[in-house]
Amino acid sequence: MSSADSLEHLATREYKWGFVTDIEADSVPPGLSEDVIRLISSRKGEPEWLLAWRLEAYRRWLTMPEPMWSTVRFPLIDYQSIVYYSAPKQKKKLESLDEVDPRLLETYEKLGIPLAEQKRLAGVAVDAVFDSVSVATTFREELSKKGILFCSFSDAVREHPDLVRKYLGSVVPYADNKHAALNSAVFSDGSFVYVPKGVRCPMELSTYFRINAANTGQFERTLIIADEGSYVSYLEGCTAPQRDENQLHAAVVELVALERAQIKYSTVQNWYPGDAEGRGGIYNFVTKRGKCLGRASKISWTQVETGSAITWKYPSCILVGDDSIGEFYSVALTANRQQADTGTKMIHIGKNTRSTVVSKGISTGHGQNTYRGQVRIQKGADGARNFSQCDSLLIGPECGAHTFPCLEVHNPTATVEHEATTSKIGEDQLFYCQQRGISAEDAVSMIVNGFCKQVLKELPMEFAVEAQKLLGVSLEGSVG
Amino acid sequence: MSSEILLQVEGLCARAAGNEILRGLDLTVRAGEVHAVMGPNGSGKSTLANVLAGRPGVEVTAGKVLYRGRNLVEMAPEERAREGIFLAFQYPVEIPGVTNLYFLKAAANAVRKHRGLEELDAMDFLSLARRKMKLVEMDEKMMSRAINEGFSGGEKKRNEVLQMAILEPVLSILDETDSGLDIDALGIVSRGVNSLRSAERSMIVITHYQRLLDHIVPDRVHVLAGGRIVRSGGKELALELEEQGYAWIEGGAGAA
Ligand SMILES: Nc1ncnc2c1ncn2[C@@H]1O[C@H](COP(=O)(O)OP(=O)(O)OP(=O)(O)O)[C@@H](O)[C@H]1O
Ligand SMILES: [Mg+2]
Repeated sequence: MSSADSLEHLATREYKWGFVTDIEADSVPPGLSEDVIRLISSRKGEPEWLLAWRLEAYRRWLTMPEPMWSTVRFPLIDYQSIVYYSAPKQKKKLESLDEVDPRLLETYEKLGIPLAEQKRLAGVAVDAVFDSVSVATTFREELSKKGILFCSFSDAVREHPDLVRKYLGSVVPYADNKHAALNSAVFSDGSFVYVPKGVRCPMELSTYFRINAANTGQFERTLIIADEGSYVSYLEGCTAPQRDENQLHAAVVELVALERAQIKYSTVQNWYPGDAEGRGGIYNFVTKRGKCLGRASKISWTQVETGSAITWKYPSCILVGDDSIGEFYSVALTANRQQADTGTKMIHIGKNTRSTVVSKGISTGHGQNTYRGQVRIQKGADGARNFSQCDSLLIGPECGAHTFPCLEVHNPTATVEHEATTSKIGEDQLFYCQQRGISAEDAVSMIVNGFCKQVLKELPMEFAVEAQKLLGVSLEGSVG
Repeated sequence: MSSEILLQVEGLCARAAGNEILRGLDLTVRAGEVHAVMGPNGSGKSTLANVLAGRPGVEVTAGKVLYRGRNLVEMAPEERAREGIFLAFQYPVEIPGVTNLYFLKAAANAVRKHRGLEELDAMDFLSLARRKMKLVEMDEKMMSRAINEGFSGGEKKRNEVLQMAILEPVLSILDETDSGLDIDALGIVSRGVNSLRSAERSMIVITHYQRLLDHIVPDRVHVLAGGRIVRSGGKELALELEEQGYAWIEGGAGAA
């Protein structure tokens, strides 16, 4: 294989998760209206306050313009053609995992996420979200012994309404942006985590999101609350079938860390990216934000974004508590015609707050990769520090990388550092590797892996393995 | 001398970006021999090296190139490398993000695997690399840096020779490895190259200067001009060129 072929190959890698599960769905008709929202809410048997909140969000959404400031380009979304709720048909209330439709279990097994008791991944509890609903949550009982609540969002609304009501929208208000407003109006499920005071969560908690039904949007919400002195590591993964139509995924994630609490949130995003011509793929418009509410709390985001036709997300930290810490580690790969506009916001409010941003953008094929970051040091944030590093890797001649770092410093005692590099991998580099006996494909993997190492090492082991596979990176390169 | 013919080039014509660069080049290299190739700027020396190594974009339009009896033109560049062809680049490229050590280990193991040898683990490789680094007096710190990134001109050349010493190629092509080296480095690099000389290994040394050939004494010296070998001789030819330059070449230096 010549080096040009190999560059081409990397740019058009196959999507192995594109199958469709044939299962009957209970859906609402396409389109968005107050009636649809009422319908979703009643299907889920929600309390009145939540319906009222949804409707407020919807009314606000109607008045909001589409966000046009990012560099991503796509035709306007026809919100009336989307199905806002689709759930696989199953028995009313599941008593155990044995009652889950075997086709669903099979789906997750095919995706490498076995849910059945005997086959579960050791040390990882999974909430499996299929289209609009959570179909299973593993290790719930074990976790509850420690007082840890890990369940679907719907269950949380039923079983822990006070916690949900207190924190829902407290980090991402529905009026934050158009996509967040839409999510607040129609969100169907997602995951809920509460870790009580002083508890260190003994296993990784994870949610695996799967879009299956056609013409359906997925709108899930995740809410994680880490009480004083607790620790939790949470992972999310996502895939979708291969289709020629674009599908919308507009999620909201809210994290709250109280005094000395730590939340580590990792994402491996592998939604269907569309084909080589740019047909199909997921529009991944996500609002993720964490609030370091308590003193010396810490929130760390790590993301590996390899999928989606368009990625639009900026996992952020609001550093309210003194001495709190925010981190953002990101790898975004765009191949074919994919577009990614991603980055973070670090808002320093408390004294001696610290943040670290490490962003690695890889573009290949016709991929376009944008880093957009904001570091804001508020007036009262004495001694705040930020370090940001944004590196771009261009593989081949047709792709692009763009960086828009934005610094706002309102306190003279703050220290802010920003570094940025752009490197190009062309045929000369590949030929150099080949001349040393390394195939062009291995050379690309080696270069990509070397480039991402700093971020991949932040991922929990199981996820690092997965992420490397997605980046087409050989495992050997990761260690040593 | 009648040792095995390692490389046989006959009537080689090659072009790059639509330009005819090599126009009927003949060259025979036997096992154990060192051939120096000299000639004016732009005469096609690097192009010859690129043809042998299989650089994409350099197209062979006529003639044949046999390496150990096999048609080299049909082999992928990495296969040629694994079969023992090594090119020390005139302009080694920088590869960000990949450490020199990791790269060298990957290369050494790719070659070893091809030869049916066991792959070296990190510890074994490190001790091998250390030995070879001593040979070219290279600082160990260079190993944890990205390949050639920020290396000085001389450091890049030294790194090429280090790679060569580790990969132990059968046919090494050194493209102006001496340019950019200070006097001491020239001695050190030459020692590294000479340590690889043996009855089985051959070298094609491309250079502009006689002084390299004081250190690496060639069996044959060729003058490449206008895409052809226009003169060949023993090591004295290099001395003569040093004195006379290339004005004597018919049709002017490197006329293309
Ligand atoms: N890819 C290419 N595209 C266009 N022209 C090329 C290309 N490669 C080589 N050439 C041209 O071919 C001629 C020979 O180049 P080559 O690099 O082989 O010369 P050289 O003998 O190595 O010169 P020097 O002594 O300066 O290193 C030059 O005129 C060069 O510009
Ligand atoms: Mg040259």
